[in-house]
Amino acid sequence: MNQDIHIPALARVEGEGALTIRLKDGAVNEIVLNIYEPPRFFEGFLLGRYFQDVPDITARICGICPVAYQMSSVQALEAALQVTISPEVRLLRQLLYCAEYIESHALHIYMLQAPDLVGYESAISLAADAPDIVKRALRLKKIGNDLLKAIGGRSVHPVNTCVGGFYRWPTVEAIHALVSELEWAREASIETVKWAATLKYPEFEQDYEFVALSRLEEYSIYDGYIVSTTGRRTSPEEFEKFYLETHVPHSNALHSHTAENTTYFVGPLARINLNFKQLRPIARQAAKEIGLKLPLRNPYKGLLARAIELVHTTDLAVQLAKEYAPTGPSFKEFKVRPGEGYGVSEAPRGLLYHRYVVDEQGLIRFARITPPTAQNFAQMEADLWALAPNVVKQPQEQASISFEHLLRSYDPCISCATHFLNLKIDYE
Amino acid sequence: MAKPTVAVYKFSSCDGCQLSLLNLEDELLDLVGVVELAYFLEARRQTLPGPYDIALVEGSVSTPHEAERIQEIRKQCKTLVAIGACATSGGIQALRNTASLDDLALKVYEHPEYLHSLPTSTPIAEHVKVDYELWGCPVNKYQLVEVIQAFLQKRRPNLPSHSICLDCKRKGVVCVMVAYGMPCLGPGTRTGCGVLCPSNGRGCYGCFGPAPHTDLKTVLASMNYVERHPGEVKGLLLNISNNAPAFRQAVDLLPAVPSETTGGKK
Ligand code: SF4
Ligand code: SF4
Ligand code: SF4
Repeated sequence: MNQDIHIPALARVEGEGALTIRLKDGAVNEIVLNIYEPPRFFEGFLLGRYFQDVPDITARICGICPVAYQMSSVQALEAALQVTISPEVRLLRQLLYCAEYIESHALHIYMLQAPDLVGYESAISLAADAPDIVKRALRLKKIGNDLLKAIGGRSVHPVNTCVGGFYRWPTVEAIHALVSELEWAREASIETVKWAATLKYPEFEQDYEFVALSRLEEYSIYDGYIVSTTGRRTSPEEFEKFYLETHVPHSNALHSHTAENTTYFVGPLARINLNFKQLRPIARQAAKEIGLKLPLRNPYKGLLARAIELVHTTDLAVQLAKEYAPTGPSFKEFKVRPGEGYGVSEAPRGLLYHRYVVDEQGLIRFARITPPTAQNFAQMEADLWALAPNVVKQPQEQASISFEHLLRSYDPCISCATHFLNLKIDYE
Repeated sequence: MAKPTVAVYKFSSCDGCQLSLLNLEDELLDLVGVVELAYFLEARRQTLPGPYDIALVEGSVSTPHEAERIQEIRKQCKTLVAIGACATSGGIQALRNTASLDDLALKVYEHPEYLHSLPTSTPIAEHVKVDYELWGCPVNKYQLVEVIQAFLQKRRPNLPSHSICLDCKRKGVVCVMVAYGMPCLGPGTRTGCGVLCPSNGRGCYGCFGPAPHTDLKTVLASMNYVERHPGEVKGLLLNISNNAPAFRQAVDLLPAVPSETTGGKK
């Protein structure tokens, strides 16, 4: 018997994709996650551009995490051009990154993933029954966006970041004015953790290799060493030796795996499992109060990790905003010189790697960008294999929701992942 | 009376423009009180069948599949609004239009034959009739609200199109070209962002696209004096709105700069 089943679109994820599952004699025979997010060739058209154009251009890879793309690219270019930024610039970049985490995590927790866990089709429907929760989400998200705006001019594609620092210091008044809202956000984040702990997550645990940036003295977001739960420790310069990208036939996205040809997992779960000790005390306390046990090996519980990171980033943001009082220049003057540089930072959805080669005129001669979703892709497919045998027994609609929810919990980001999943199950 | 239905579609894009809709935190719940978000995959699972009153289309047409899909969407909706630089000019990804797609693909992908891509990235209006265009990368979210409000009030939306320079003067922003000698595309760029770049001490790179009726020739003549590295002005024009005809034509007026470099294959 041949039967094609089309199951509705995957919503609340960015990108576009389709999932086909082929069954043979009742058993799962083939799984194809097909990304048809159109290729936009960023690395191609960066070639020949002046280095200072890069952060404006790479921001356009993703509307939800433009800061991550700006931060990895400016760090790579500063390394290539041998520019050392001032400690004050580093602090403001950390604050900018906090803002993106607040905005992106609030969006993902409340508007993209939670509706799956509480049985609503969207936060819009949820708002009718639980208006306070949705209002809390919107206010949290807005604070992240307001902070992005105060530092970068606007929340989507900020304009103030440049190689060497910032075009201009935001005014002290503009940043201090946000402190009380950020303090509210910290309280709301603690509430978010408590609320997240009451949700019922599907039972699903896998033995993952987690990979994240790490630093001894702080919870790594802006920079760090690349560490893995296997104990592997890699400098940014060595990243491409140990983590490889290949182009698979059914997809426009590139897939990553380790040099040993195994899958690995980047993102909030990886960060929290590898760097729990470095979280700020208030975030660790929030985790303790809900009885969080590490390691977390359930991808759906990425939501809990995000909630705990919200406490961390709002608390850090309160401190950085309060102490903000820039003195020196916002921008380091430097001479253009040829070189190669690497930049890694932790985008809200995971490790983001950039490498550039710049020539003596300051023009880009080589560009490589490895986004988090490309790295998680093979892991997502492996999870689908693990999940499929049970899910395909469910009624169609339910099966679709289950697959979608798994993929959504990975928070696949824009130009590297799926937005529109046409689930097709072929029974042979 | 039933609420008007709104559908939001994505083509080749970064999702930033539709995110701007979700970033209307203060207005979102009121908005869903007056319109029905009938098809909006980034925000909700539930979809209502068309036809729809308003379609907001984000992204450019860059694949054969997209070229077909936009035709279907046009049939499904009464008013079609192209939102953002991708939808109105082809976006940053239209930089491919003057390069060879094979070359570009080879620089990024091992197996370009696996890709399904058109050689060009083009605006929605090159494919179907567009009722309104909202420029910007991303769009100004209040312009989105204005378009929806105008629809509800059965009037034309008020979308100004003067150049950014005028806003600088009104807001008293120091001119970066005059004061710091930096090239700025503001004299040729459409209003809408609130003078973001000059307010941050840098020149505009045209993300709101060309302002209609400006003489870019005169603008360029004044800008070439302040270039800080060869090709700087060209870099501003060949940026987010590079495929807008006025910017593309302006590039041809500039002296050629040697910039061809070799690429690195993945
Ligand atoms: S116009 Fe800009 S913000 Fe909008 S979708 Fe395109 S790249 Fe993203
Ligand atoms: S040139 Fe630029 S900075 Fe000067 S007035 Fe015009 S828009 Fe403003
Ligand atoms: S000043 Fe120009 S480049 Fe900057 S945000 Fe406004 S329109 Fe875009």
